[in-house]
Amino acid sequence: MRHAALVPVLVGVATLGGCSEGILDPRGPIASAERLLLINSTAIMLVVVFPVVLATLAFAWWYRASNPRASRQPAGDYEGRIEFVTWSIPALIVILLSGVIWIGSHQLDPRVPIAAKAKPLRIDVVALDWKWLFIYPDQGIAAVNELVMPAGTPVTFRLTSATVMNSFFIPQLGSQVYAMGGMTTHLNLLADAPGEYPGFSAMYSGDGFSDMRFVAKAVPVADFDAWVKEVRSAGPGLDAQAYGALAKPSTAVPPATYRSVEPDLFQHIIDETVSAPGKAGAAWRPPLQKGRG
Amino acid sequence: MLGRLTWAAIPFNEPIPLLTGAVVIIVILAALGLVTIKGWWPYLWREWITSVDHKRIGVMYVVLGLVMLLRGFADAIMMRTQQALAIGDAQGYLPPEHYDQIFSAHGVIMIFFVAMPLVIGLMNVVVPLQLGVRDVAFPTLNSVSFWLTATGALLVNASLVIGNFARTSWWNYPPLSELTFSPGVGVDYYLWSLQISGIGTLLTGVNFVATILKLRAPGMTYFRMPVFCWTALATNMMIVAAFPILTATFMMLLLDRYLGMHFFTNDGGGNQMMYVNLFWAWGHPEVYILVLPAFGVYSEVVATFSGKALFSYRSMVLATLGICVLSLMVWLHHFFTMGAGADVNAFFGMMSSIIAVPTGVKIFNWLFTMYRGRVVYTTSMLYSVGFMITFVIGGLTGVLLAVPPVDFVLHNSAFLVAHFHNVIIGGVVFGAFAGYNYWFPKVFGFTLDDRWGKAGFWCWLGGFWLAFTPLYVLGLMGMTRRLQHIPDPSWRPLLLVAELGAVVIFCGILCQIAQLYVSIRTRERRRDLTGDPWNGRTLEWATASPPPAYNFAVLPQVETIDAFWYMKRTGRTRIEPAYETIEMPRNSATGFVTAFFATITGFALIWHIWWMVIVGFLAAAVTVLVAGWSDPREREISAEEIARLERARLGPRQPAE
Repeated sequence: MRHAALVPVLVGVATLGGCSEGILDPRGPIASAERLLLINSTAIMLVVVFPVVLATLAFAWWYRASNPRASRQPAGDYEGRIEFVTWSIPALIVILLSGVIWIGSHQLDPRVPIAAKAKPLRIDVVALDWKWLFIYPDQGIAAVNELVMPAGTPVTFRLTSATVMNSFFIPQLGSQVYAMGGMTTHLNLLADAPGEYPGFSAMYSGDGFSDMRFVAKAVPVADFDAWVKEVRSAGPGLDAQAYGALAKPSTAVPPATYRSVEPDLFQHIIDETVSAPGKAGAAWRPPLQKGRG
Repeated sequence: MLGRLTWAAIPFNEPIPLLTGAVVIIVILAALGLVTIKGWWPYLWREWITSVDHKRIGVMYVVLGLVMLLRGFADAIMMRTQQALAIGDAQGYLPPEHYDQIFSAHGVIMIFFVAMPLVIGLMNVVVPLQLGVRDVAFPTLNSVSFWLTATGALLVNASLVIGNFARTSWWNYPPLSELTFSPGVGVDYYLWSLQISGIGTLLTGVNFVATILKLRAPGMTYFRMPVFCWTALATNMMIVAAFPILTATFMMLLLDRYLGMHFFTNDGGGNQMMYVNLFWAWGHPEVYILVLPAFGVYSEVVATFSGKALFSYRSMVLATLGICVLSLMVWLHHFFTMGAGADVNAFFGMMSSIIAVPTGVKIFNWLFTMYRGRVVYTTSMLYSVGFMITFVIGGLTGVLLAVPPVDFVLHNSAFLVAHFHNVIIGGVVFGAFAGYNYWFPKVFGFTLDDRWGKAGFWCWLGGFWLAFTPLYVLGLMGMTRRLQHIPDPSWRPLLLVAELGAVVIFCGILCQIAQLYVSIRTRERRRDLTGDPWNGRTLEWATASPPPAYNFAVLPQVETIDAFWYMKRTGRTRIEPAYETIEMPRNSATGFVTAFFATITGFALIWHIWWMVIVGFLAAAVTVLVAGWSDPREREISAEEIARLERARLGPRQPAE
């Protein structure tokens, strides 16, 4: 119990140190709002939790059998009034929190577009074994394990998976959302200022999971346009064949770009995941024992 | 002939599992050899393996849970070491395919084969004694339950040596767990071991609901039951409600894997979200299945060692039943990030935080039980106070995670890992240890050493906070769970502190082993001749320690809550009743034999050895049917025999009027 005091201390150290690139160091409106909710909810609960911890320590110490000064009353007395209090206090806190939950859930619904002057950028995200494919449908380009976006511009993500379930997460920009095979999920994020923010899959997805990382680069709008131009001018295109090669399992894939993308690739990936040609009936073939590796 | 089973299944080229497996096999063979040489087999067979006595079965459950705790802890310290080493470019000593098995096995073993056996074991030992009855409603079924649980544990551990275990985490989410992505035997080991042990758990649930509803001492109305019995009732009702969901879900996944169906596949119209919903429709009640009996233990321990009746019994009962109902309505908070709309997320977030109300009430009740009491710090009481402080912080972080937008940034993070270890270790494990120290003298007739016990407690408490506070911080810094290697070198200091915490917990385990050893060596000095070493309040303390096979020579007449306390106050314990003949169930090998064939069936299913599946299943079915259709056999203990035993224990007393 003496270590309980360590929790706020350590949290404080981590926050003050500013060393974290985590959720306490937000770089966008969504992440900032979520940090605020985190702090507010904690504060609301500490109003009760802190006194309870103190009271537990105090009662446990004062009423120890060896304390001759403590008053004892082995038989219980009338409990009704105290009962009323013990139910009311947590109930009031929870009523307050429920309001926070209802409002917060609606304001920070990942589907809701972010109000801003700039026109949102569309990016389609595909989870592969074990890397991220980012398709820019309006620019007609794509990138692997590298997400470049203009700072100050809302980004509207559509997400799916060509493989198992993953979760797309850039902690400093806020909300994560699952990417699931044959389905589309939606997410809206915005980076306030230029910077490089780590992103990764937050849902274990198999052996290459730990390297399923990327850097989200928020750049000034002009730099973004220059980057698009540069990507368009060099490198391979992402047609069905190139996608087929990319979709094969691989780990720790270095960032790469594609100068062009087959139209509607995102939808094609969903269709293909749902139909899975050639896989029907595979279950009856005894699978090969892969050894322990 | 042997399906998929070939020599390739034995990990000859992997030193860690091979060596571990070899050591475990040598230890088991040595133990079996010792038993054979000493000629203990007839004793073991008669008194334990075929015993249908709830106390013996409870002890076997607890032993299973403690042994598996060592296995699960070995996994834990391997993971902590891997994460402390594999930072930056370093890859550590465990490649992903091995590391992924370890965290999957750790979760499965700790939930299903440590926490569940510990709480079910305590319920087995205590519930019939507290209700003032002689056994559970279906003693033979109880034995079947235990041995099926042991079968599951055996299969999970067999995967260490023969084949490999699942690399799909303890959730086993599809499509990762489908044949396309996990073609090996690992997922089949997971599924069949949990299917078989799940049947055992469901039977336990049925058994205890029937026991508590139908078998109580005369006068023991519902509102005179000890709080532990109430929590046991709630837990077992939840088992009956939730475990069939798990069994059905796993059966659908098995159909996908064995018959090429498409319940949860990406293709063919499968829906992976359905698995996730169903899994947590079981998984969230499961959390409360584990923690409610622990709450029951604390209620007994705090009241006893404060020398007071539990504060606000009716609030405690109401809170228990409230949690029981609410726990079935919150499962979606495990996947707020799946993309459901704001209304759905908000509803489940609010329902989840509402559970904090009855839980908070319970904390207040224990607090007010200590108020103006005379608090005696035995090991069990230390665990209870340590729990209260640890658990409210775990509750705080839990409610935090129930706020959907906060969960959007903390889901699957190290913060979440810290949270649920906070409530499982601080709640369930501390509760199990409190109960173990509290009821040990009842079961074995001598108390456990308090000095080693307290040393163990301080190591567990300090080790817990040392191991998991860094994980809370790392989660806030953006560390996700299940990482085989760590990308950010600045996380190293915190990961080293977490590793240190695991080492301190290990010291706690060593202290507990020393406690048991020392206590057995000095047992003659620590004999409890009264049957009531703690000045207890409930009926389990009204009989001898250890209790005779029939528990109570004459069923106690209950007139109040805290029945034994009342009897002591009114002097009723000094009156000798009139003894009558007692009928007790005979031993039965049904449980052991059924589980033996279930093990064979499970193993054969995992390895696709179809003839063996048929043989094993038919043999298990025949065993159950034979037991079911045979007349219940009972043995009689004569009144003279009981009078002799009771007088030897209690000495001369006033005869009944």
